[in-house]
Amino acid sequence: MKHLLFSGKQKLSDLIHANYKLLLVLPRFNIKLGFEDRKVNEVCERYGISPHLFLMVCNVCTFDAYTPGRKEAEQLDIDGLILYLTRSHQDYREHRVPVIKGQLDRLLDYHDKKEEKSVRQFFDGYSTEVINHLHYEENTVFPYIYGLKRGIKSGQYHIKQFEKNHGNIEEKLHDLKNIIIKYLPDQGDAELRNQVLFNLFWLEEDLNRHTLLEERILIPFVQQLEERLNNTGEHE
Amino acid sequence: MNSLTRTMKAKKYRIALIEPSILLSEGLKAIFHAHPEFEIVSYSTNIPHFLERPTAVPPDIILINPMVIDFQRQNHVRSVFSAYPGALLVAIVYQFIDQDVLKQYHGSITVFDDPRKIQKKLNHAINTTHGAPEAIDNFDLSDREKEILMSVVRGLQNKEIADMHNISIHTVISHRKNISRKTGIKSVAGLTVYALLHHLLDQDEIE
Repeated sequence: MKHLLFSGKQKLSDLIHANYKLLLVLPRFNIKLGFEDRKVNEVCERYGISPHLFLMVCNVCTFDAYTPGRKEAEQLDIDGLILYLTRSHQDYREHRVPVIKGQLDRLLDYHDKKEEKSVRQFFDGYSTEVINHLHYEENTVFPYIYGLKRGIKSGQYHIKQFEKNHGNIEEKLHDLKNIIIKYLPDQGDAELRNQVLFNLFWLEEDLNRHTLLEERILIPFVQQLEERLNNTGEHE
Repeated sequence: MNSLTRTMKAKKYRIALIEPSILLSEGLKAIFHAHPEFEIVSYSTNIPHFLERPTAVPPDIILINPMVIDFQRQNHVRSVFSAYPGALLVAIVYQFIDQDVLKQYHGSITVFDDPRKIQKKLNHAINTTHGAPEAIDNFDLSDREKEILMSVVRGLQNKEIADMHNISIHTVISHRKNISRKTGIKSVAGLTVYALLHHLLDQDEIE
């Protein structure tokens, strides 16, 4: 099965043609467009990125059935992955969510006060929840992992607790799509309304891929770290 | 005698196999040979070949490699086999296939499955499909559901709603499930927006 995944010897441009959504992945690795016909390995070397990590991320973002094997997971550049995740968070906070908010605000200008207020409140509630979750990962989960790496198991926290947190956020995004598709009265700028929806669908897919990266790469790796620490019995 | 009547009564599933690889199809034929409840009644390497040679009795199961379906029609697999509405579609998987494509099939087997697992997966596809609920096409909320919706939106807990309407918590939960299924909205905050947009509620009521 392995030869059906992306490899370092392919041209980076071919990866993008195979899955254009990888365009969102590149800036989070700091890779700029205009890489001519360079192969994945060459581009990664140029930017000082682990090609192993880059390919893992691209594969998870493209092939639904792909989960890295145990051996692959062991070689993971965990600092690189956390950097990637942190940059993705930044992207959600500074670009994806504010862009949707701006469009939604303009769209709602056409609606009466009651409609405008209720949808706006709903979106604000949603985005606060997203941002809180990102904060939680950055301030609790990532420091915990850095600690584990240095051999410190801090407090009662366990990576298993982490997995529960995504459900609500996904539910609300799904609701928001339905509200805009089905229930918001037909007024105002239809083109703008479509743009909002496209952005919501993209955001949803992107967040799902983000969750997959955490579930298929980050969490199994951290569980291995935890096991190793428990076995050697090093506690602080 | 007894065992004979049993085999005669047992349903035999007729399989149409569509798979370009000779190696794979010969292997599958050998496997099904050992399982008398399945019989391969037609074998093709591609779709046109299959569609041009209808069998006397339509197959119960179409066992097919999704890659033989051309790209434009991969998301409309059912339409390819519209002549066989009663047949189960089961995919033969040996490479990465998009989940959305695979969702259209009633089941799938992979090249890594052993004969027992293949048999189990086919039986699972048969059983789950026959037991599937009929499509529900009424999406309007009933008056009762609207009442429950209003209570949910006003922030009442299931227990309180049950007491207020003199129904069991179980009934409240089942109403709430139906409301979410019909409206496509699950969160309380989302239902609040729904109620406002449908003039079931005034803004000041929730503040």
